[in-house]
Order: sequence, then structure tokens, then C-alpha cells
Amino acid sequence: MGVQGGRPPAMNIVVLVKQVPDTATERKLNPADNTLDRASSDGVINELDEYAIEEALLLKEKHGGEVTILSAGPDQATDSIRKALSMGADKAIHLNDEALHGSDSLQTAYALAQALRTTEFDVVVLGSESTDARTGVVGAALAEYLGLPQLTLANKVDIDGGTIRIQRQTDDGYDVVEAQLPAVVSVVEKINEPRYPSFKLIMAAKKKPVTKLDAAGAEIDPAKVGLANATTETVDFAAAPPRAAGTVVKDEGTGGVQIADFLASKKFV
Amino acid sequence: MAEVLVLVDQVDGEVKKVTTELLTLARRIGEPAAVWIGEGADDAKAKLAEFGAEKVYVAPAELNDYVVAPKAELLAKLAGEKSAAAILVSATAENKEVAGRTAVKLGSGVLTDVVDVTADLVAEHSIFGGTTITHAKVRAGVPVIAVRPNSIPAEPAQGAAVEEQVSVELSDAAKAAKVVERVKQEKGARPELTEAAIVVSGGRGVGSDDFSVVENLADSLGAAVGASRAAVDSGWYPNQFQVGQTGKTVSPQLYIALGISGAIQHRAGMQTSKTIVAVNKDPEAPIHEISDFSVIGDLHQVAPQLTEEINKRK
Ligand SMILES: Cc1cc2nc3c(=O)[nH]c(=O)nc-3n(C[C@H](O)[C@H](O)[C@H](O)COP(=O)(O)OP(=O)(O)OC[C@H]3O[C@@H](n4cnc5c(N)ncnc54)[C@H](O)[C@@H]3O)c2cc1C
Repeated sequence: MGVQGGRPPAMNIVVLVKQVPDTATERKLNPADNTLDRASSDGVINELDEYAIEEALLLKEKHGGEVTILSAGPDQATDSIRKALSMGADKAIHLNDEALHGSDSLQTAYALAQALRTTEFDVVVLGSESTDARTGVVGAALAEYLGLPQLTLANKVDIDGGTIRIQRQTDDGYDVVEAQLPAVVSVVEKINEPRYPSFKLIMAAKKKPVTKLDAAGAEIDPAKVGLANATTETVDFAAAPPRAAGTVVKDEGTGGVQIADFLASKKFV
Repeated sequence: MAEVLVLVDQVDGEVKKVTTELLTLARRIGEPAAVWIGEGADDAKAKLAEFGAEKVYVAPAELNDYVVAPKAELLAKLAGEKSAAAILVSATAENKEVAGRTAVKLGSGVLTDVVDVTADLVAEHSIFGGTTITHAKVRAGVPVIAVRPNSIPAEPAQGAAVEEQVSVELSDAAKAAKVVERVKQEKGARPELTEAAIVVSGGRGVGSDDFSVVENLADSLGAAVGASRAAVDSGWYPNQFQVGQTGKTVSPQLYIALGISGAIQHRAGMQTSKTIVAVNKDPEAPIHEISDFSVIGDLHQVAPQLTEEINKRK
């Protein structure tokens, strides 16, 4: 924890925010390099990141301190950064470098880990996955790179002094997990209900500081990031064969029997 | 032939179906070697052998006392010592994390939510809610691949299942996040959601926390029960049964959606189901677009009739 003595402890919280294509619009891959075609759909803040921001704001309200947004992405990512600031975060760091284009999730975790080394923090909070890549590995890889406790898939977070305790969502319930700060926390959407930015906060967000950071500034080894050095490679992609048009019937009293007949034709009953 | 490490999933000592699928996949690539953590390997060995495990590496239960990192240390160590060709895990939320950390340690790469793998380690994915299929591979080092349950059928082939104890000297960093308590929610007698051949899910259309209309149909088919987020958020059904982007991804032979509109986030978790049946009173609901058989009607009429009909035909 940052401060000792007479003053209450204050916490430095960093929230990782990613801009992703809107799931409501059509998403495409770019045939030239098999990376996400960011021009083909609107960018929005990754939905789960809003829960991460909310949790950070709740922690700040409880323990004092500061919430910093860290986002790696191209120029357009500023939209998501502003949105995050308008929810109430204090400032932001925008890691933006052409060298990062096409980085896969492990490379992104490495780059974020390097960027995090440029700032002081007690907790890093992120969404447990993004709606575009959906790999769900960034939080774990980040903890690995930073050598910090991995408190991922949290649906509840409590901090008491230097100790952090979460409920980690599991397949059949949850685990209570404990660690000492600093730590990496990823959240699932059950954790809270993200707030809507107020008009006042939206206006205030325009004046909040956004620090630009490039790969060199974060001491990112250019040989470890970017499409050319990606750890994985998409060999090809194609539209999934469309599902054959199904049968649609209106229930006129025998809907259940008709489904049973269909299931029987498929040998399910 | 090089070894292919398969991290075993188990519930109370019982090998999960997905592990038998992974062993089947591993045989295409090399020699399957199962990795077992904790007690009970002796009893599980027969099952692992039945699906082709030539080796069974057994690591101490202590690894389960901390979050993810110890498993990654174990897998990275084994991959190095045994010069493994690949590491396969199931694509559960936790194992994807294990896969990611292992790949960082090995300086290799990770492929998650894979639905198929070829002998030369090209992995198939289904992305953007099942609308796009991609093929990918890891470019350097030992590929770490997380495969979705129910992606390929498990086929038996006898293996020797030679047991070997492995010790791991856990680093301090691996012990940084300690599990102090495990809380299991009521599981019941139904098959597990991600492994079930048939899933019957209920959504907001169920209308109340009385999910019996869904459960009765599920039980008539020997199916697992799932729920949409709307149903979970309303407190009608427990969280661990949520299907979708932020819930579980299921890929059963048959998925029946009762009173679920088919929002993109729900579809992301079920669109790779082989056959989809929907009951929804709204003819415009997007779920009809991806269904093989849809009934436009009231689920409270249709589902009980279906349940009765199935029970009759048994
Ligand atoms: C970050 C994020 C993550 C999300 N993750 C998930 C997720 O993992 N899983 C998920 O499911 N959703 C998820 N959602 C929510 C998703 O967008 C939808 O809101 C949700 O799937 C809707 O659930 P539903 O279909 O049950 O409810 P609704 O969309 O309200 O649909 C109910 C349907 O029931 C029908 N109906 C009503 N009464 C009857 C009746 N008597 N008989 C027959 N039909 C009837 C209606 O016609 C309607 O189509 C997520 C959203 C966000 C923002």
C-alpha cells in the first residue's frame, strides 16, 4: 500500500481497457494479413472492461486513491479511453505504436506488462476476456510476466490493508483466493453493475490527462511484438458454412409432438 | 514418437469426457501422456489407458492449493524434460489461463477454443459467434492448445499408462495466490453442462424461478440444463449454468432453447451446437435464424407436451 502513518492508505489502481469491434455490427478479418479488420466495424469499449472500471471506482471510493486507465491500441482507442475517463477514472496512459499492430494475446500481455512497469500501482484490474479475441489468457499471462499474484475470474473483491481476497468463479461454484498486493485482478460480469457517465463527468473527462506512451518509452522489445513476431499465425479463414435453413412451424396445439417427431428423425429419441 | 501432454480434467477422481477426447486428438500428433494432479491416479489409470495414454505423470496435490501458476510450472517443466510435441488442455476458463501461462514460460504460443487439430498441429477455430472458421498454428516452441469439449468424438485405443511420479519445486511467485476455501454449488444428478450431449436452456420466457418446465424436458432427454443471462440475472437459475459469451460455451449434439431470443452474446456460447431447436412465441426472434427446427408458440404449452411425448416414446 502506498501511504503509511496518519493518512488513510490510498490505492493506485490501473484498469486495462481495450477497444473492440462492436458485437452488434458485422466483424471481419482482413484478408491481407488475417488480422481483425478494425475499419469494418464500429469500435466500442470491451463490455467486460466497463465492469473492471466500475470495480476500480468502487475500490477507490472505499479506500481512496487514483484510477488510471491503460489502453494499448491505435489512435481510435482514444474513444474508449474517453469513455473510461467519463465513468470517473482520473487519468490515462495510451500505449500506441505501429510496432504493436497484429500482436496476439500473449504479446499484448507482454506489452501491457512493460507499460505497467512505467507506473506505480497496487492493483491492476481487467475484464476476464474481450469480445473479439475471447482467448481469456491476458490476465493470467500478465501475472506471469509481472510475477504478481493472479486473482482472475473474480466475482467479488475485498481489500483489507495489504491483503486482497477474491471469489474466483469456478465451473461449479467459487474459490476464495487470497494474496498480498500488488496483484492482477480480472473480473467477470457478475461482479457489479457499471455506472453510466453523467453529463458532468463527460465534460470533465475532456480535460483529464492522457499520457502517450510508445514502445520505446515502455522498453518494449520490438522483436517481441507485432504481427511479424506473433507467437501464433492464422493460416487461413473462411465464412462458416451457413446453417441450412431450418423448419419453422407455428404451434397450433401439436408443437411439442412436432418437435418430438423432428428429434426422432434425428435419432435423439 | 514425441509425447503429447494432456492435462487431465477430473471430478472427484473421475476422468472427464473431454480428457478422453483430448487423448484421442493427441494420438494423431504423437504419443499421449496424461498429466494427473493429486490423489487418485491409480483408480483413473484404466480409463486413461483405454483412450491411449502411454504415460501417466502424477504430480502432488499441493499444486491445486494455488491459482493456475503451479500447473503452468508443471507443464512447462514436463514439456522441457520430455521434449513434448504439444500440450493439450480443455478450453475451460481456468485451463485457458493455464495454457497462457505455460506458453509464456515456454516462449511458445497458445491457441484457445480450438475445435479440431491436425497431425501437423494446425488448429481450427470457430470465431465471431460461429460465423467464421479460422486455421492457425503456433509459430515457435511447444504449441499449447486449449480444445473445446465435445469437439471431436472420443475413440478408445489401448495405451500402457505407465505411471511416473513428478516432483515440482514451486517458485514463490507460483504460490502468491492461495486458495483458502472452495465453495461448490449444488450439482445434482444431471450431466455437466459443457460435456453434455444434449442441453436444454431456459431464458426470460420461462417467466419465473420455477424452472421445472426446462428441467423436466432436460430430464426426459438425459440432458444438462442451461440458462440465458436474463434468466440468471433475474435470479431464476444459478450463475454456473449461464450459456454464452460470459458464461459457458457448449457444443452439444442437440441444443434446445426455450424462451431465449438468441442475442449475439448468447449465440456465442451455443452456436456450434450440431442441432438447434427453439421454442419462442416471437416469430421475429433471432434464435429462429440459427435453429434447425423452431416452434413459434408458448413454451409453457409446447415444452410439457414435448416432455410427455418423449417419455411416451421411450
Ligand atoms: C457483456 C455482456 C455479456 C453477456 N453475456 C451473455 C451470456 O453469456 N449469455 C447470455 O445468454 N446473454 C448474455 N448477455 C445478454 C444478452 O445480450 C441478452 O440480453 C440475453 O441473452 C437475453 O436473454 P433471453 O434471451 O433469455 O431474454 P430476452 O432477450 O428477453 O428474450 C426472451 C425471449 O423469450 C420469448 N418468450 C417470452 N415468453 C415466452 C413464452 N411464454 N413462450 C415462448 N417464448 C417466450 C420472447 O419472445 C423473447 O424472444 C450479455 C450481455 C452483455 C452486455
